[in-house]
Amino acid sequence: MSTESPLLSVRDLQTSFPMRSPVLRRTVGQIQAVAGVSFDIPAGGTLGLVGESGSGKSTVARTIIGLEKARSGSIVFDGDELTSLPKASMRRVRRQLQMIFQDPYASLNPRATVEQIIAEAWQIHPDVVPRNRHRAEVRDLLERVGLNPDHAERYPHQFSGGQRQRIGIARALALRPKLVICDEAVSALDVSVQAQVINLLDDLRRDLGLAYLFIAHDLSVVRHISDRVAVMYLGRIVETASQDELFTRPLHPYTQALLSAVPDPKPWDKPAREQIIIGGDVPSPADPPSGCGFRTRCWKAEETCAHDVPELTTRLELHPAACHFATELAGAAR
Amino acid sequence: MALLSVRDLRVEFATSGGVVTAVDGASFDVGAGETVALLGESGSGKSVTAQAVMGIVPKPAGRIPSGSISYDSKDLLAPGVAKGLRGREIAMVFQDPLSSLNPVFRVGAQIGEMFRRHRGASRREARAAALDLMKRVGIPAASKRLDDYPHQFSGGMRQRVMIAMALALSPRLLIADEPTTALDVTVQAQIMDLLTRLQAEEGMSLVLITHDLGVVAGVADRVILMYAGRVVETGPLREVYEHSGHPYTSGLMASIPALEGPRDRLVPIQGSPPDLLDLPSGCSFRPRCQYADEQCAEVEPVLRQLPDRASTHQAACHHPEGVLTDVH
Repeated sequence: MSTESPLLSVRDLQTSFPMRSPVLRRTVGQIQAVAGVSFDIPAGGTLGLVGESGSGKSTVARTIIGLEKARSGSIVFDGDELTSLPKASMRRVRRQLQMIFQDPYASLNPRATVEQIIAEAWQIHPDVVPRNRHRAEVRDLLERVGLNPDHAERYPHQFSGGQRQRIGIARALALRPKLVICDEAVSALDVSVQAQVINLLDDLRRDLGLAYLFIAHDLSVVRHISDRVAVMYLGRIVETASQDELFTRPLHPYTQALLSAVPDPKPWDKPAREQIIIGGDVPSPADPPSGCGFRTRCWKAEETCAHDVPELTTRLELHPAACHFATELAGAAR
Repeated sequence: MALLSVRDLRVEFATSGGVVTAVDGASFDVGAGETVALLGESGSGKSVTAQAVMGIVPKPAGRIPSGSISYDSKDLLAPGVAKGLRGREIAMVFQDPLSSLNPVFRVGAQIGEMFRRHRGASRREARAAALDLMKRVGIPAASKRLDDYPHQFSGGMRQRVMIAMALALSPRLLIADEPTTALDVTVQAQIMDLLTRLQAEEGMSLVLITHDLGVVAGVADRVILMYAGRVVETGPLREVYEHSGHPYTSGLMASIPALEGPRDRLVPIQGSPPDLLDLPSGCSFRPRCQYADEQCAEVEPVLRQLPDRASTHQAACHHPEGVLTDVH
C-alpha cells in the first residue's frame, strides 16, 4: 500500500430511505440501506464490492455519484468532500467519476446515434474535446472499446447486448475519468460475451490507469478483476481483504457460505469440499435483526450475536472481518 | 425406451422482420429418472424447445412445421394430448415465480387448486395436501403461510411454491426453465439442493434448462447444448465438459472465470451471438469459430460420435479433432 492518499475514500457512510405509511401518510421510519460503510480505492486500483440483493451495494454506488443523498459519513474523491460539495463543483468532479450500468438496453437513449450518445458529455464539458474533434474522438473511443468506428451513425437497437455495453463503456470513458463505477456491468450478458467485456475492462485499466469500483453478485467475476474485495450484507461490510486473501482464507461465515454456493463447472477437479448451504433469505433492511445482521442464517450464532454488533476489525493479524468468531473460523476455512 | 423423445423438432415464429426458426431440427431423448441439462445462451432455442414439449408455444406467432415429440409413446404434438398430460404427467417450473403465480389468490389455495381440479378433492383435503407439499419443499412455518399471498413471499420461497405446485400431481417429468436465474447465489444453492433431493425421492425425470454451465455440474447426468436453434453437442456431463468436441462448448468453458487457481486472462468466444433472422450458411457458429473453413460454410454439420470418445458423446462439428486436441 502506498502512503499517498487514496483516490476515493469512503468513511462511515450511511444512506437511508424514508419508510412511508400509506395510511398515516407520513414517514414512519427509515430503511437503513447503507449502515456505516468505509473503504478506500487507490488510483488505478480495483475494489470489488460483493453482496446479494438488498445488501446495499448499489446504494453505495448511487450515493457516491450523488444519485442518493448520504445521511451521514464522508466521501472524499480526489481531495473533494462530495457529501458537502456545492452543485456547481459537483459537475467538475463528476467528470472524473463515471458509471456503467447493468442494463445496456435501458441506459442508452434509443433515439440518439452512438456518436450523439458519446459526444453528449462534451457539450457539458466543452474543454475536454473541442467540437471539431468530436467525430475523430468518437471513432477513437469506439475503436478502443472494440466496436467498428464506421458504426458511429447507428442507433442502439442495431447492436447486440454486448455491443451496447461497449457503447456504455465508451460513453463512460469520454470524459477521461479516473474512477469508473461498474454496477453489475457484466451481469446481464451471456457468458461468452461477458468474458469479452471483462477482458476489455482489464485492458482499459491497464492502458488508461483507471480505478474501478466493481459491484457484482458474481464472485468468480469479482475475483477475476479485483485487487481488493469487500463483502456486504444488510448494509454493512462484513469482510474485506486482498482478492487473494479473501478467496483463499475467508473468515466471515457469510463469505464462506457465499463462496461455497458459487456453482463450480468442474467440481470433480477439486478435493471434495463440504458445501455450506445456509437457510433462509436476506432479512429485510426495513426490519433487520438485532446485533449481527447475519445471525439469523448463521450456523455459528450464539447469544452474544443477538446483542453485540460485531465490529469490522482485524483479529489475530488476519484481515478485517465483522464476526465474533472470526479467529475460530479462520482455521476451519475451506 | 426413452420417456421423452424429440425428433427433428422445428419451431418457427413470425416476427416483423420475417420468420425466425427458433428451433431448427433438434433431436434428443430423456430417459425415465434421468436428469438432463438443456444448455445454451439467449436465443439458442432451449426455452422454446421446452414450450414445444409442454404444448405452450405462443400462438399464432409460433408454429411447429415439422418434427415429432413423443412422451411415453404418446404423440405430444397431436391436438389436445399435451394439454391432457400437462400438470399430471409433465410439469414445469419457470424462471420468474411472481409472474407465474396469481397475485390475488392465497398460496395454499393455489397449490390446493391442483388437487381440486385434477383429483376432485374437497376444499379441506386440498388444503391438507397443500400444507404437506409446502412442508416438503421446505417452506418454514408452512401452516401459517398457507393463507399468505404470493407477494408476501421472498423470491426463493416463491420458487418453492412453484415447485410445490409442479409436484402436486407427482409428474414423471419435471422441466425447470432457469429456475434459479433470478435468485441470489445462496438461495440458488438451496433450490438446486431441493430439486436434486425431490428428483431422487420421486424418481422423476428432470430437465434443467439454464445458461449457467456451473449450476448443473454435479447435478445433471447428461447435457444437451444448443446454439442458434440446433443441438451442437450432447453427452454425459463430465465427458462433455472435460472433452468438449464442439468449439462453442470449449469456448463457453474457457469464458468462465475460475474461483481458484491462477487468474489467467479469459479466452472469450469472438464476435456476437447469432442473429436468427440472418444466420450464416452451413454451420451457424462458423463466424465465431477459429476452425472454420470452406466446408463449414457449405455443409451444415450434423451430430456424430466423436473420435475415440464414448458413443453417447456427439458433436455437430466438421473439425472435432482440432477442438479435442487444442483444449485438452
